[in-house]
Amino acid sequence: MLFWVALRKELLEQWRTYRALVVGAVLLALGLLSPLAAKLTPALIRLVPNGDQLAGLIPPPTALDAVTQYLKNMSQFGVILALLLTMGAVTQEKERGTAAMMLSKPLPRWAFLAAKFAALGLVFGASLALAGAGAYYYIWLLFGPLDLAAWAALNGLLLVFTLVYVALTLLCSVLTRSQAAAGGMAFGGLVLLTILGAIPQVGQYLPGELVTWAGRLLAGGASAWPALAVSLGLIAAALATAWWRFEGQEL
Amino acid sequence: MSAIRIEALQKAYGAVKALDGLDLAVETGSVFGFLGPNGAGKTTTLRILTGLAQANGGRAWVADTEVTARGGGAGGQLAKNFGYLPEEPAFYNWMTPGECLDYVGRLFGLPASARRARTAQLLDLVGLTEVARRRIGGFSRGMRQRLGLAQALVNQPPVLFLDEPASALDPAGRKEVLDLIERLRGQCTVFMSTHILADVERVCDGVGIIARGRLITQGPRDDLLARYAVPAFELEAEAGSEGALASWAEAQRRQPWVTAASVSGRTARLTVSDVAAAQRALLPAVVAAGLVLTRYEMVQPSLEDIFLRLVGEAGQ
Repeated sequence: MLFWVALRKELLEQWRTYRALVVGAVLLALGLLSPLAAKLTPALIRLVPNGDQLAGLIPPPTALDAVTQYLKNMSQFGVILALLLTMGAVTQEKERGTAAMMLSKPLPRWAFLAAKFAALGLVFGASLALAGAGAYYYIWLLFGPLDLAAWAALNGLLLVFTLVYVALTLLCSVLTRSQAAAGGMAFGGLVLLTILGAIPQVGQYLPGELVTWAGRLLAGGASAWPALAVSLGLIAAALATAWWRFEGQEL
Repeated sequence: MSAIRIEALQKAYGAVKALDGLDLAVETGSVFGFLGPNGAGKTTTLRILTGLAQANGGRAWVADTEVTARGGGAGGQLAKNFGYLPEEPAFYNWMTPGECLDYVGRLFGLPASARRARTAQLLDLVGLTEVARRRIGGFSRGMRQRLGLAQALVNQPPVLFLDEPASALDPAGRKEVLDLIERLRGQCTVFMSTHILADVERVCDGVGIIARGRLITQGPRDDLLARYAVPAFELEAEAGSEGALASWAEAQRRQPWVTAASVSGRTARLTVSDVAAAQRALLPAVVAAGLVLTRYEMVQPSLEDIFLRLVGEAGQ
């Protein structure tokens, strides 16, 4: 019951502070630009000196190029937005004193944290749905229709990938006392996962593999269920650790 | 019956003992002033009582429910037993005061109609009805303090904890907050931590004095004043004689019947152990020093005198 009260407040906060609007607008813009960029890249190259020769080397753009561009944009900016939006989620409330004010009420700490994660998940979920719909429409217009189920699954994998960083940054926000420290720690985690992801034997089990798998959904190729399991496990572990540490913290 | 009971409460931050076996009992329905110098352990006590910090030892009860038990205090159902106003109340700046009180009402599980009524009632009580639709982000310190008091009262708590409720306010803001506390008398037990003695003298009927994490004394305000009613003389000299007055007071300090001497501007205050001896000797000493007095009177000690004396003794 109190989780829903806290979630309502978090969603209202995301809306009133324009955070939801910013995430939605950025991801939608990137979603719309991705097919356009793929379609217009040869034409843009022709505009530079000797561009005709270069453009001749590039095969005609396809829907898969648009999808690749979309995945690259969404995964990169999704992670940046996840870090920026989440790093202050708990530290800011601890710094300002709102956490102490509200947690001296009957609001359990788990509900306080869970509501923050759920609200961010909903904001990113809705923004990705919006961006996905926009990108799908443009790809359809410019290249022809895509398999809708595969497109939905692709965006689902992108959401899980983003939520891994939301959960890890939320944990950092619980562990530290300043936004900058939380952001720094989360960025360190991002760098670590990226480095580990570059090792083939390890990378296939890490969240980065979800983006590669998402690309294969339309192009055809093997699935990466272990990476999905590890990603969901990372989310669960980060949230559980955040809850455990937050329960013992003095405010 | 005690609304708040504390037994041998201990709290340490590293090597620093913030609370060193604090014992305290606060009667139901009283407005209790928890006095102490900065760093005495007042806020730590409040944070433990509200569940925001954990004690290292000892036990504490609020409204007959133990708050030092694991899982007690903040975030639990025990939070329904009290309202809490921290020293610097913090709010979500994007909310309006009405939304803030509504949110707190939701946290206490109040139904919509009760929340609406309580919000209107509390905004009226703290004088924020006219700004009910303005964002809290633009509020002054005094308005925030009044809203803080309102949010602490949403659940009509049997015990209300106030941490330095008027310390950072200007005289007008202080008066408003103290008037509000005065109006709560009889409605709930108010536990107010402060280092401003005038506030305690004005609104509190019970007083506890804490220093270095231990309770020095506790009792009804008037009993404390009577218990420590040592006679004192106040002498005010004419303007320009501050230096001479200070020298004179310093000389009087050496008299066997003087227990304490202090000078503030043109006023000297002597606490004495033998009133008759003081009455015989003081005025001749003034004349001998060539001081011209504008006031001379025997006075009763203020809470400030008692506080300074007890805290000073605890320090030694």
